[in-house]
Amino acid sequence: MKLNRATPLLFVISALLSFSAKAELSIQITQGIDNPIPIAIVPFSWEGSGVLNEAIGDIVTADLQQVGEFRALSPSNMLAMPREEREVYYRDWSVLAQDYLLVGKVQTAPGSELIQVQYEFFDINREIKLAGEVLTGTKAQLRDIGHEISNVVFELVTGTRGAFTTQILYVVSEFVSPEESYFRLEKADYDGRRAQVLLESREPIMSPSWSPNGQDIAYVSFETDLPRIYTQNIATGQRRQITNYPNINSSPVWSPDGTKLAMVLSKDGSPDIYVQDLISNELIRITDHPAIDTEPAWSRDGRSLVFMSDRTGQPQIYQMEIGASTYDVERLTYDCFHCAKGQFLPDGVNLVHVRRETRQSPEYQISIMNVETLRVITLTSTKFDESPSVAPNGSMIMYATKFNGRGVLDAVSIDGRVKFRLPSSRGDVREPAWSPFLN
Amino acid sequence: MVNTKQFMRSAFAVLALISLAACKSSSDAESDANASSAMGSMSSESTSSAAQASGAGTSGRLSAEQIQAENALRQTVFYFDFDIAEFRGADRETLMYHARDLAANPSKRLRLEGHADERGTREYNLALGERRANSILNYLIVNGASRSQIEVVSYGEERPAMTGQSENAYNRNRRVEVVAR
Repeated sequence: MKLNRATPLLFVISALLSFSAKAELSIQITQGIDNPIPIAIVPFSWEGSGVLNEAIGDIVTADLQQVGEFRALSPSNMLAMPREEREVYYRDWSVLAQDYLLVGKVQTAPGSELIQVQYEFFDINREIKLAGEVLTGTKAQLRDIGHEISNVVFELVTGTRGAFTTQILYVVSEFVSPEESYFRLEKADYDGRRAQVLLESREPIMSPSWSPNGQDIAYVSFETDLPRIYTQNIATGQRRQITNYPNINSSPVWSPDGTKLAMVLSKDGSPDIYVQDLISNELIRITDHPAIDTEPAWSRDGRSLVFMSDRTGQPQIYQMEIGASTYDVERLTYDCFHCAKGQFLPDGVNLVHVRRETRQSPEYQISIMNVETLRVITLTSTKFDESPSVAPNGSMIMYATKFNGRGVLDAVSIDGRVKFRLPSSRGDVREPAWSPFLN
Repeated sequence: MVNTKQFMRSAFAVLALISLAACKSSSDAESDANASSAMGSMSSESTSSAAQASGAGTSGRLSAEQIQAENALRQTVFYFDFDIAEFRGADRETLMYHARDLAANPSKRLRLEGHADERGTREYNLALGERRANSILNYLIVNGASRSQIEVVSYGEERPAMTGQSENAYNRNRRVEVVAR
């Protein structure tokens, strides 16, 4: 590989390599039953001068292996290192039982500081080129370009739109003592890289959520000593306090049309679900029950809300049409001790939730229930799994769990067969919120 | 804007859709000891004005009753059983002294901070913390405190007294703290 890896960048690159090695490890557990698609990703050649701090081939390899549909051929087993179509001989790859081949090269764009990435993607069995283009951007956009190539490859092979250029929000806390903790709201690429701090506080931050166009976020901050809902524009950083009702103000979630926030307020005694119009500020009460109603999630058409209530004694998941009578509530879960944080997958039939099966088994796991067949699939097997957030293409769920006593973010494919863990430096990481498609 | 990375896009061709099927599930397991709870209420110092609250003794010596009141007001953390929002019966008498103290000192202000252990979802725990604080709030009001003297806030599981996944940590974290304002 011709990629220039000079000393100052070794740290970054080795961090990347160790991360993808880890991802590979977790995927290998299930490889026997997985039958992932074999793909050869030839390290992209760097034909410019100076140093590139990202290797496109590594980014694409990590992306595709993390979601589990693919198994990448190790470059050390390759018989050739083609950079473009005229150097490709299909038999070099069919003899290695590869189904697909990705090659490319990285160059300096003529007369500018920009970088050009040319890639070509081949179907080895049919001996045809499926895609090829040149993407141009700054050096800082190399990861974006790599993820974009992953999107193209993923969609061509699986038929599903790739979510590799999406981002996540999450909360990090650092506990010093009961009196001294630090809380950060961060945004990162879907793979946890390029994290940025959006808000820092000595008081708790909770429940980040994205607006449907990905330009604004909402969250709960205790910065006034009380939980209040704020929105923040990601580009400008401009913030707006949305609520100041007595008692709990929590769980803000944007309606699919972006004009309203569903939320939880306990101003009238116990926590109930409300919807506030962001333009008129009109507040509509959705539920009215002396028990705890919380964790609202919109249906895709914006006409109903799924929420959690402990009105029967333990948390169960319910659904209600907006504007229906407060008695007109449909209960969705019955067969668990504790079912919470419900939200529908894009198909509107499968309900992702946090499930504790029995009182005797204090394990909280991410599950999916088909509300028509009532079939339940439990996707995770650790004990402290919570805050599931679904990728916009519905292929994976990111959630918070504990590893060695520390909060970390894991992702699991929708069928449970693939998992990967996001790297985290320090503190407890939790409450991931997966962005909508951003481009 | 977010990270607008609109690349310039020059061509080649994009074709073909191939679909694909998938298989099974994976896991790694963990074991666990069950959740129970038993832990005496602990006392902790924080509110000061304990002694003057119940009035100074006329003889210059504290009566047994005054000593008891003073000790009661020193207890400012009240622990809760797993999944229970009602304070423990053993704390009733202590809370009664807090209520009388508020009734006798109308200018006194308290904040009840409700907390939960980390099991269960965060939003539910936020609500549970409030429910716990409200159980003490209601008792204080019924016993003479004025609503305007007391502010309630729930931190859910966000401000643990003790970190970790031990039963001991959980027991310490399911609590309401009485904070003088």
